[in-house]
Amino acid sequence: MQASSSPVSATPVTVRQPSLLQRQGELIGFVIMVAALIVAPYFTYPLFLMQAMCFALFACAFNLLIGYVGLLSFGHALYFGWASYISAHAAKVWGFNPEFAILTGTLTAAVCGFLAGSLAIRRQGIYFAMITLALAQMMYFVALRMKFTGGEDGIQAVPRGYLFGFINLNNETTMYVFVMAVFLAGFLLIYRIIHSPFGEVLKAIRENEPRAISLGYKTDRYKLIAFVLSATLAGVAGSTKAITLQIASLTDVNWPMSGEVVLMTLVGGLGTIFGPVVGAFVILAMQFKLSSVGEWVLVIQGVIFVTCVLLFRRGIVGEIAALFRR
Amino acid sequence: MITIFGIPSAALFGQLLIGLINGSFYALLSLGLAVIFGMLNIINFAHGAQYMLGAVAAFLMLNFLGVNYWGALILAPLIVGAIGIVIERTFLQWLYKLDHLYGLLLTFGLALIIEGTARNYLGSAGLPYALPEALRGGQNLGFMFLPNYRAWVILVSLVICFGTWYAIERTRLGAYLRAATENPTLVRAFGINVPVMITLTYGFGVALAAFAGVMAAPIYNVSPQMGAELIIVVFAVVVIGGMGSILGAILTGFGLGVVEGLTKVFFPEASNTVIFVVMAIVLLVRPAGLFGRGT
Repeated sequence: MQASSSPVSATPVTVRQPSLLQRQGELIGFVIMVAALIVAPYFTYPLFLMQAMCFALFACAFNLLIGYVGLLSFGHALYFGWASYISAHAAKVWGFNPEFAILTGTLTAAVCGFLAGSLAIRRQGIYFAMITLALAQMMYFVALRMKFTGGEDGIQAVPRGYLFGFINLNNETTMYVFVMAVFLAGFLLIYRIIHSPFGEVLKAIRENEPRAISLGYKTDRYKLIAFVLSATLAGVAGSTKAITLQIASLTDVNWPMSGEVVLMTLVGGLGTIFGPVVGAFVILAMQFKLSSVGEWVLVIQGVIFVTCVLLFRRGIVGEIAALFRR
Repeated sequence: MITIFGIPSAALFGQLLIGLINGSFYALLSLGLAVIFGMLNIINFAHGAQYMLGAVAAFLMLNFLGVNYWGALILAPLIVGAIGIVIERTFLQWLYKLDHLYGLLLTFGLALIIEGTARNYLGSAGLPYALPEALRGGQNLGFMFLPNYRAWVILVSLVICFGTWYAIERTRLGAYLRAATENPTLVRAFGINVPVMITLTYGFGVALAAFAGVMAAPIYNVSPQMGAELIIVVFAVVVIGGMGSILGAILTGFGLGVVEGLTKVFFPEASNTVIFVVMAIVLLVRPAGLFGRGT
């Protein structure tokens, strides 16, 4: 997204204070989101909501790259899926507590993110997307081949276990609170990153990378750190998903999953804080409602992609924000 | 029996042949991607789906209209190419002023639509497509058996690849095309209709994919997902070769097919991943790609 270059402030790292209206809007949005998550289980299936929160965190992590650094990763299923596999394996075979299982999965995603990121940032723009996609496909084949992943069956019946050894996650309410806590923590961390001096540099890279370089920033290092952060958070989402839904499968690591997270973020609004969350809930609700139509889901997703790119590039949240700004 | 490195030579040459076949498809598809990217600045994610569409068109024409392989080889690319032109006019032309990424996302959406529709009507299983009468059988070369159809695929794709190279690098039309790739505004000022050229380029690239699809139909069976996984490998091929050079795309395509074939002989577990590993190594050693010109 280098085309739309807006002037970057010449003084290094001045944290621009967001306008009062924007701050208020974000606060109101956050309160609404938390309130909705608290009351929602009374109206719909908690399991669906937990799944949606995991995907929302996944989409937020993805949005950190595309929305704030302008890097389109088309291979985020790698981190989500592999974290999911490793945490499921850790919980089921090694008998880890859920928190350690999630931690193991997250670390795996971080390492994968570091390796893939170091390769991918060597090229820009469209090549970056193709490299991330190709590396993810490679790791999909590895997952398909390796014994511990269970091939086509995946890892099933993953025990939820006892959080910290004494909180029973088999209880639906505790599980819900735990997933919500993980989601909100991840969400707030991303919010903090975006509004930090580090985040301002990321946005400067998005707007005009050569200028950021000329200001003395080692942009490759910033891009790599952002990539690893994004992969790690995708790993948190994947691990939590594996524990919550008690399954890790090839679907999580295959390329349609990478496309799905792009779709969620695009529908919600690229580069908006709440966009990925809204997008994840919308797309998952759609899949849930349309599960009877089978393969047509693929077609509908494609139509949404095309419509969003042609008509609603700002996404749901972006359009709403634009309404308020008027 | 003759053995090379402890491998029976027949097996070695057999895999080498399969590698060359796969390489022909990599070369044809990455060539189309490179030509489209050069003119439209769009990575055509739907390329795999359009390749599949070519195979499906051949299958449908054979079974419902009685058009044989040779007819399909000409008609399918024309039909799918025409669909490509419609796609360019209705969707892609609005994206040229936007970031590259939107082109990728839109064509990804198109790929989902095409693949999903095909799956709904054809199911996910592969549909057999009979070898054309004239190309059945094969030659015994002494050291290996060469099926006629495979020899035909390699020959034709070489001809098409080098024909495309010649057309772009050595003819007047190709010169216009290259000039328009460098600076469309200036070429328009010389009175050349660049928008029409862009549309036709996309149509041609898509037709090339469909042509590859028809040729692939008798070898791999016709299935809705035949394009999706292939296109990701072709992306890796494009990253390795870089899209700056037509000849580079062709050479990388064939070369990687052979590398993949050889891996199948010596280390079969890695045959799915070897191209991606090569990509990683190339990125480490020559970040711009083997034939790339930066970025």
